[in-house]
Amino acid sequence: MKILSVENLSRAFGGIKANNNISFEVEEGSILGVIGPNGAGKSTLFDLITGYTKADTGEVKFFEKNIYGLTPDRISNLGIGRTFQKLKPFADQTLLENVMIGSFVKEKNIKKARDKALEIIDFVDLIEKRHHFAKELSTGQRKRLEMARAMAIEPKLLLMDEVTGGVDQKTIPGLVELIKKLKKSGVTIVTIEHNINIIMEISDNILALDQGERIAYGSPKEIQNNKLVVDSYLGTFDAA
Amino acid sequence: MNDKLLTAQAEPLWNTDKKIISLIAGIVLLLFALPHLGLNSFYLHLMIMIFMHAVMAQSWNVIAGFSGQISLGHGAFFGIGAYATSFFYVQYGISPWISIFFGIIFSGIAAVLIGIPMLRLSGHYFAIATLLIGISFQVVFQRWDLVGAASGLWVPMTSGDSWLALQFHTSKMPYYYVFLVFFLITFYLVWILSRSKLGFRLRAVRDDPQAALSLCINVSNYKIIAYVISAMIMAPMGSLFAQYILIIDPDRVFNIEISIIVLLITVLGGIGNVWGPLLGAAILIPISEYSRIYLGGTGGAVDLILYGLILMLICVFRPDGLISFVPKNILERKKQR
Repeated sequence: MKILSVENLSRAFGGIKANNNISFEVEEGSILGVIGPNGAGKSTLFDLITGYTKADTGEVKFFEKNIYGLTPDRISNLGIGRTFQKLKPFADQTLLENVMIGSFVKEKNIKKARDKALEIIDFVDLIEKRHHFAKELSTGQRKRLEMARAMAIEPKLLLMDEVTGGVDQKTIPGLVELIKKLKKSGVTIVTIEHNINIIMEISDNILALDQGERIAYGSPKEIQNNKLVVDSYLGTFDAA
Repeated sequence: MNDKLLTAQAEPLWNTDKKIISLIAGIVLLLFALPHLGLNSFYLHLMIMIFMHAVMAQSWNVIAGFSGQISLGHGAFFGIGAYATSFFYVQYGISPWISIFFGIIFSGIAAVLIGIPMLRLSGHYFAIATLLIGISFQVVFQRWDLVGAASGLWVPMTSGDSWLALQFHTSKMPYYYVFLVFFLITFYLVWILSRSKLGFRLRAVRDDPQAALSLCINVSNYKIIAYVISAMIMAPMGSLFAQYILIIDPDRVFNIEISIIVLLITVLGGIGNVWGPLLGAAILIPISEYSRIYLGGTGGAVDLILYGLILMLICVFRPDGLISFVPKNILERKKQR
């Protein structure tokens, strides 16, 4: 079943077409990787889907329901969670409080909200850091915090913007495992990634963008062999 | 489930250290006993002013400290509260105990009407807009004949002490207890608020509105809710102050100084912390009152110079306010490393 359908989505900033007629679909339970060089329009696409930026034209359907024009809070309420490229933790609050803000969406009782937040913090492997303020956490830990916070609203679809960006090499495998674990838990994922090895490893399908245009869409193998993608982004990619 | 998770879930929700609870209970008992321990009229007045300003600062703390919107016109809600009780008593003889609630409701309505357009603004723009709103209330009331225009309202004095009319002429002690009870109720309610779903969501709006939106939080609505709660906390202090001095006019109860002093108290004590306004009021109000005693009149503006000096020191060395000297695990949350 299709969880997300994006049809002819366009957005221009002045003369620059950040997204131009982008269309794609996401199957429930799958991972869609979004790739493209800097300025390709990947984060703008996330902002358009989640209502942070209004599209000039096009449609976004979530389980066949058109969500175009809804505000970000209403879109998240429908079950679309997201993380941000530039991390946005609630810095002066503890990790537990950050996640509780999300878990309050489904749990009205404070004790239940706290316990649920703790389960999610345990899921992202940060249980020992639960009482640390967000500003005290490392970049990798803050990435996990954002994932935990987004998971706390119990999303059906999770949009993750560069989960492994800006973290050290040792942290990356743990984050990749976390994405796989998330998929196993039944959450559909759309993830922007620059690390091509990771995107090939975790994605069921890949959407490649360049200068606001969709240049390819397909399985990792198809993308790997797509001349346009190779020319504009992959270069001499070595699948091994 | 693993052991670490089970241990975490077994922790109490909040710091329930019996020593802290006993300390707070002891202070409350002491506050109730204080007038009977030989406090003279001046000290009763000083305590009343501390209670009043602590509540006013707490009101400002809800909008600025919890939801991150800097309002510079909060004195307007103090004035609305003051005029509500005085006007309905003067015109219709309605007991201030009833019209206090009129003040709360009027302030809430005013906050909605002001908040809906103003809270679309953010940061400095919102602050400047509220400053002008505060001033415009003063100007409107100066020209509004129904409420006495510039000369204000003189509350008819009862022949003796009257709980019904909330007037006490022989001793300040009843006023002390009235202000104390309002102070305790307000601080208790705000303490509850800070630990509620609403409190969590307001802090999310304060810390990062964009991230808050991604967690199903309607940022605009929550800002308005905070503004309304804040206004409704401020109004009763205006009402009680009007009953305390029995004469109000626009220059006194809509003065911009009211908006500034609540800001100073909160920043000094600790913005965003439930106990910050109390600490700030307990320090700044005695400075203000003593400078008036020793320097006469308005304190020769020495109190303002001292405020400025203290504020500069706080901003440079303790941006989280004096409350930051108290370890967080004592007042706010249990922190385990």
